[in-house]
Amino acid sequence: MSILVYVDHVNGVAKQTSWEIMGKARELANQLDVPLAALMIGGELGDLPDEAIAYGADSVLMTEGPAYGQFRALAYTAALKAAIAQVNPQIILASNTVGVRDVAALAACDLGIGLAVDCQDLCLDKGGSLQVTRPVYSGNILATVVYHGTPQMATVRGRSFPLPGRDPDRSGAKARLAVPAAAGVDREQILGFEPAQQAAVALENAAVVVSGGRGVKGPEGFEAIRELAGLLGGAIGSTRAAVDAGWIAYNTQVGQTGKTVRPDLYIACGISGAIQHLAGMSSSRVIVAINKDKDAPIFTAARYGIVGDLFDVVPALTLELKQRLGK
Amino acid sequence: MRFIVCVKLTPDTEQLGEVRPEKVGSSDLGVTMVLNPWDEFAVEEALLLTERYRGDTLAITMGGAETVEALKRAVAMGIGEAQLLSDDAFAGSDAWGTATILAQAIRAQDGWQQGLILSGKQSVDSNSGLVGPGVASKLGIPYVSNVVKIDEVGEGYAIVRRMLDEGMQTVRVTLPAVVAVSIEINEPRYPNFMGIRKASKMKYPALGANDLPGLDRGGIGPAAARIQWLDLRKAPKRSAQCEFIQAATPAEAAALLADRLMAEKVF
Repeated sequence: MSILVYVDHVNGVAKQTSWEIMGKARELANQLDVPLAALMIGGELGDLPDEAIAYGADSVLMTEGPAYGQFRALAYTAALKAAIAQVNPQIILASNTVGVRDVAALAACDLGIGLAVDCQDLCLDKGGSLQVTRPVYSGNILATVVYHGTPQMATVRGRSFPLPGRDPDRSGAKARLAVPAAAGVDREQILGFEPAQQAAVALENAAVVVSGGRGVKGPEGFEAIRELAGLLGGAIGSTRAAVDAGWIAYNTQVGQTGKTVRPDLYIACGISGAIQHLAGMSSSRVIVAINKDKDAPIFTAARYGIVGDLFDVVPALTLELKQRLGK
Repeated sequence: MRFIVCVKLTPDTEQLGEVRPEKVGSSDLGVTMVLNPWDEFAVEEALLLTERYRGDTLAITMGGAETVEALKRAVAMGIGEAQLLSDDAFAGSDAWGTATILAQAIRAQDGWQQGLILSGKQSVDSNSGLVGPGVASKLGIPYVSNVVKIDEVGEGYAIVRRMLDEGMQTVRVTLPAVVAVSIEINEPRYPNFMGIRKASKMKYPALGANDLPGLDRGGIGPAAARIQWLDLRKAPKRSAQCEFIQAATPAEAAALLADRLMAEKVF
């Protein structure tokens, strides 16, 4: 019996969400008094195995090599299934990211394992069975999900749990995971890869998001947004209107058909606040709205509002905060 | 070539907030039900593929009798054939059960192994995106998600672009395969008058468990479900009223807002 965490990373650097999940998994493992294993798959894992141990894993299974250099759903799924067979986990946790979600789903369905995705909270019931909380109906309804049988799998939304402490003196076992040659893994081949323009801060990890909508009026308008976000060490967000107009990349879109974010601070600039956008950011701790229209629906969700022109207010705010934050 | 689209009937997104938690799971949520908006992109892509390549299209769905509305929209957009899978034995299935049923219906289609199965990224109600990979798993075929472009479909293969957080892959998969499409892939067309007429005249006989020979009865319905939703409740509404910051100049407003934000300890 054990808990297994799938560690998502890019070229040997973990995505923050993986450690957030590891921290929660460590807690559950302590409660159940079972070992915590981590699985990582990739071309070159670097220090990642040691990092997983520092963040709480008791053992690390590594599937490493050129065949895993690029994400391939079938190959990665075969590795996850091999890890499950080896470690015999009662609980399996992974991040909610594209790619990982596919692998979790394919492995879970192949093995007849119950899977709940996009979870915001996890706990154990009196019998040690996993219970998760997740939003459904595009964030309008919360559900508790319970499982029938074991193992029990869940993917977890970013920023659902705090980043745990890192203890470089922790020790753990590292082992190569042998993945049996699965028929048909090569039915999926990667012909090419174009890296995305990496934002300085990933939207899903950001503690601060400064977001622009229709009111930004054009790609140049995002400069003011960019400056404020940069000052605050935050990420840039946008709405479907701005993306559809071609002003900014789709990977910044927040909302029902974009990303769901949960920062400490969300500053909505020139955003009307359609239901579809709110669905993506209403869990933010503090929401600030800046809009010329005092009746814009965004103000019903905001904690603080300024009725005004974002091109006046945002630079003024940037200037003010520069002084306050001593930058 | 066969292009099969798996679709779902879901609440209109404008009314998602009006669905009462206690009604979830019933056949009447009291709101307007529509073809899952994410599935419209899959329907559109199937239509575009038949324009680029020779082939025919089929939309399939599983649900109660009312689910036929999703098929009608797909046919109105231009989909050639539609199949409704409906049976009391299907109700209460989890994603893997639903996938079992859809997969069995797909297996019965001539030429399915030479084609592509398309789905939307997820549904606006369950937000899980599990039926697509479930169908791939049950059929033992590749699954590619978050597809933003289908470059080429050929004899026994397709080349598509999959968008990951870290970038875009060009992926070659053998056919048959399941492809879940992202909203970036196309712009769904509006049904025209001819399509709407065709959809309203078409018959949609429901296929039940007995019409799917070979269906794994032990894998469907509530008894087979591995997960269960309980204690559905409204997501807590933000309790705080909006504090409007008013000042004579933007600089003063900024200063007042900065005060508030420092006090909130958001930095």
